[in-house]
Amino acid sequence: MTSLQHPDSSSHYTSTAISLHWMMAILLFSLFMAGVYMHELPLSPWKLQIYSWHKWAGITAFLLVLARLSWRYTHRPPPLPRTLSKPAELAAHAGHTLLYLLMICIPLTGWLMSSAKGFQTVYFGVLPIPDLLAKNKELGNLLREVHEALNFVLLAVVIGHAGAALKHHLIDKDDVLTRMLPRHSS
Amino acid sequence: MRYKIIFVLLSGLALTPLAHALDYNGIQADKSSLDFIYKQIGVPVDGHFKKFSAQLNFDPAKPAAARAVFELDLASIDAGTDEANDEVAGRDWFNTKAFPHAKFESTGFKALGGNRYEVSGKMSIKGHTIVVSTPFTLTPQANGAAVDGSFVLKRADYAIGEGSWSDFGTVANEIQIKFHFQAMGGK
Repeated sequence: MTSLQHPDSSSHYTSTAISLHWMMAILLFSLFMAGVYMHELPLSPWKLQIYSWHKWAGITAFLLVLARLSWRYTHRPPPLPRTLSKPAELAAHAGHTLLYLLMICIPLTGWLMSSAKGFQTVYFGVLPIPDLLAKNKELGNLLREVHEALNFVLLAVVIGHAGAALKHHLIDKDDVLTRMLPRHSS
Repeated sequence: MRYKIIFVLLSGLALTPLAHALDYNGIQADKSSLDFIYKQIGVPVDGHFKKFSAQLNFDPAKPAAARAVFELDLASIDAGTDEANDEVAGRDWFNTKAFPHAKFESTGFKALGGNRYEVSGKMSIKGHTIVVSTPFTLTPQANGAAVDGSFVLKRADYAIGEGSWSDFGTVANEIQIKFHFQAMGGK
């Protein structure tokens, strides 16, 4: 087994990778729920506050995904179980690639939408993020649609992702799910 | 006789600019603008008003005798989004049904040197009248002059944004107002 050759690193994720994964999961879930909740609210200080939180969390998610990708580049994830069929392996890789693409594109469309709608994003109310687009109502509405659609694609892929992990745990009885769980001892 | 007529005409032409061109007596609303910037949770947002009118009587040589009245149609606001425009027409903000106009009436002009001046006057918004002043520049042009200036208006002074909006953490108290008026030269 390969695990004998690389006893420490190849069979499990680093604790940094695990932390990043679960931080991202909590952040994306909160962002999604906030997004669904806030867009129908009537204008109020509360709505503006939620929008600000959503944008700040979105920037944080974007920074986290960049951190994750660079960590992943220098710390390769453990290989998939050898029992996996070729199509299943392809599906796993495609799913993970799609997750990363969406995690990059969704905050970008949010940022562009904010610019096009004439509201600059100011990180934590302190750090202004430059506007990439000039104010343009039609473009703003279009980007809103794209942002929303991509989020529902993400929802579908995340359901597939969690479903696959559960299938590995309950049916295949391998360690694909457990190796991503926070470890009790280090 | 002929020479006399020509002389009269020429002197008339020569005197016209001296007598009238420096006296400004109105603005071209379509070439003027009234913009504002407000801060919403740290984010600067641009807005402007589309409809306003002004009466002006300003001779840079005699600023003490100058007078200006400015009237603003509050319903013509563009505060950034349709949603915001609906909101600011409401009771908490401008209450435009009860107070459709904002008005500024000058009480005095002062020369600050060069092309800079200061105007003081009574600003009336939403039933509140406060004496304010703002500096401005007057740049003579071929057919009039450009009048430019900016000042800070504190929205709480006029009860603009009451109730849940009165917290400055959401919308800051200080609103930056920027005006550009195309003044017409007298005839």
